Amino acid sequence: MKRKLTYAEAINEALHQLMQKDKNVIVIGQGVTSPWYVGATTVGLLDKFGEKRIIDTPVSESAITGVAGGCSLTGARPILVHPRMDFMYYAFDQIINHMAGWHFMFGGKVNMPVVFWAIINRGGEQAAQHSQALQGLFMHIPGLKLVMPSTAYDAKGLLVSAVEDNSPVMYIDDRWLYSQKEHVPEDLYRVSIGKSQIRRKGKDLTIIASSYMTLKALEACEVLENEGIEAEVIDLRSIKPLDTETLCKSVKKTGRLVIADGGWRTCGLAAEISAQISEKVFNYLKKPIVRVTLPDAPAPASSALERAYYPTEKNIIKAAKSLCNKNSVRRKK
Amino acid sequence: MSIIESCSKPINKDSIKGISPKQLVSMYEMMLKIRLVEDYIGRMVARREVKTPCHLYLGQEAVAVGVCAHLKKDDFVFSTHRSHGHYLAKGGDLKSLMAEIFGKATGCCRGRGGSMHIAQPSLGLPGSSAIVGGTIPLAVGAGLGISLKSRPNVAVAFFGDGATNEGIFYESLNFARLKNLPVIFICENNFYSTHMHISKIQAVSQLYKIGELFDIPSFQVNGYNIIEVYTLAKKTIETAKKGKGPVFVEAFTYRWRGHVGPNWDLDTNIRAKEEVYWWVKNCTIKRLERLLLGEKILNSKKRKDIFRKLHAEIRQAIKFAKESPYPDKKELKDVYA
Repeated sequence: MKRKLTYAEAINEALHQLMQKDKNVIVIGQGVTSPWYVGATTVGLLDKFGEKRIIDTPVSESAITGVAGGCSLTGARPILVHPRMDFMYYAFDQIINHMAGWHFMFGGKVNMPVVFWAIINRGGEQAAQHSQALQGLFMHIPGLKLVMPSTAYDAKGLLVSAVEDNSPVMYIDDRWLYSQKEHVPEDLYRVSIGKSQIRRKGKDLTIIASSYMTLKALEACEVLENEGIEAEVIDLRSIKPLDTETLCKSVKKTGRLVIADGGWRTCGLAAEISAQISEKVFNYLKKPIVRVTLPDAPAPASSALERAYYPTEKNIIKAAKSLCNKNSVRRKK
Repeated sequence: MSIIESCSKPINKDSIKGISPKQLVSMYEMMLKIRLVEDYIGRMVARREVKTPCHLYLGQEAVAVGVCAHLKKDDFVFSTHRSHGHYLAKGGDLKSLMAEIFGKATGCCRGRGGSMHIAQPSLGLPGSSAIVGGTIPLAVGAGLGISLKSRPNVAVAFFGDGATNEGIFYESLNFARLKNLPVIFICENNFYSTHMHISKIQAVSQLYKIGELFDIPSFQVNGYNIIEVYTLAKKTIETAKKGKGPVFVEAFTYRWRGHVGPNWDLDTNIRAKEEVYWWVKNCTIKRLERLLLGEKILNSKKRKDIFRKLHAEIRQAIKFAKESPYPDKKELKDVYA
């Protein structure tokens, strides 16, 4: 039987193997020596690699981000943990003004190969400053690569690719994915940055999803299938560079598109994809594009409000159905 | 006598004991090089031949030269928007600098960086930032990298007095001390943060005391006296290289021109004419020159030769820059490594 790991275990294994393979890899950030802080993903690292390479830090997001960048200039490959994306606003200057632009500003002669491991940690009535998903904001920034694995397999493979990349890469995961379990190979393998993955084939409609919303899209497909709607699900995996080729090919086939993302709506990831699809394959669209996103509101505390705030498979089903009327799809009996 | 008062006094001839004549002349030459380069650039900015915003290092030469005299190629220097002096003192190539300032393809950053973003990674110049305080944590990070590999190096962060108003500065001091990293913080206190006198924006009147708060060995030095900078830097860099952790230096100096560009800021209410004249009269380079001539380490013929050589070198660099091609628009696509 093939070995199965959870998403969190897959990250943990990738970290162990990367650090074993290359002594230049270090892990730095808040809580890296505290197992509960980063969801057990850093278990065992301190014992194995010591506090010189597993560096727990003060809450100085701004300077520590710069420290990771400066350290990368000496040949190190830092994996910088931001255990909650919300606190990363402090680090914007270092990420955007410095690291993302460094390669370009200095004529391509200096690189900062830092991985910003940014964790979305939401739900549980954590409210506005403990819940954010900022892929849309970071997608806007030139010079940053951006990945969002949705499976345990990708969690490991994309982390390996991110660490080996010479550009700064933002690796965004979601604590809601940490218990996902599937087969994860034991060897150190890579998942290419810049390639999306078709998770389910379909001909009536395309659902482009990011991260956790991919799971919801697949759940939605089960229901839609019973109603005779065959949806194709594309897991973005790489947010930047965006695999527009795979996205466009699917939309050209189905003519209908739902984009599901767990970030804010305005100027978000879904908005950008919508714009690119409209620019590139507008003539193939049979219906307007529908976005399933967070509303333009800060995250609430109350569970009652949370239920309305976070989109689920129900929102995707509703969006899909609105695009597929009776005449346009074949009904299953 | 306060440090500032001492800026008007001749350099004590006893203070150069133990420094070789060759080293003294070499530092004199480098200060002069920076002075002349900045002067040429200033005039080209005034004539609008140069468009990129240039923050001239005129007046502050002793700080960069006195510190960088002790650095090796694989020591790091992180600089600011006022970066030309640090770049040249660390050995940066003049032609590439000039071409960069002209926005040419042959520039050290292929015309993408301009005056504020210059680098020569092979010489330990991994970049300068125009965001005040922005490179301070990068220097701390380089210090971390050095310490991880137990290399016998240091990382130097040059920054102005204005950077002591940035939060990231404090975070960086804390982390450098916490991990005992080989970082030299050089705060060039030229008394002005753009148009504001330091006393109007910083509650702490003696900036080196901020370093002390973080338990970092901290010093105040006359940054208008190359010998004092050189002597203190030697000691502090040696300490840091021995793994004894960071050092903080507040170097008093004076920026002759305005915050940006070649103007003297005399037509504004920013600073009094008398103040500027006082610092120019007590010129940091002139005082070294007087000492070297007096001690017969330099004579007027050699002095003339140095001037002639530097002028020729600078004119050649300007010619090179002007004749170089502009970068191709395909450069805009090179955002990833």
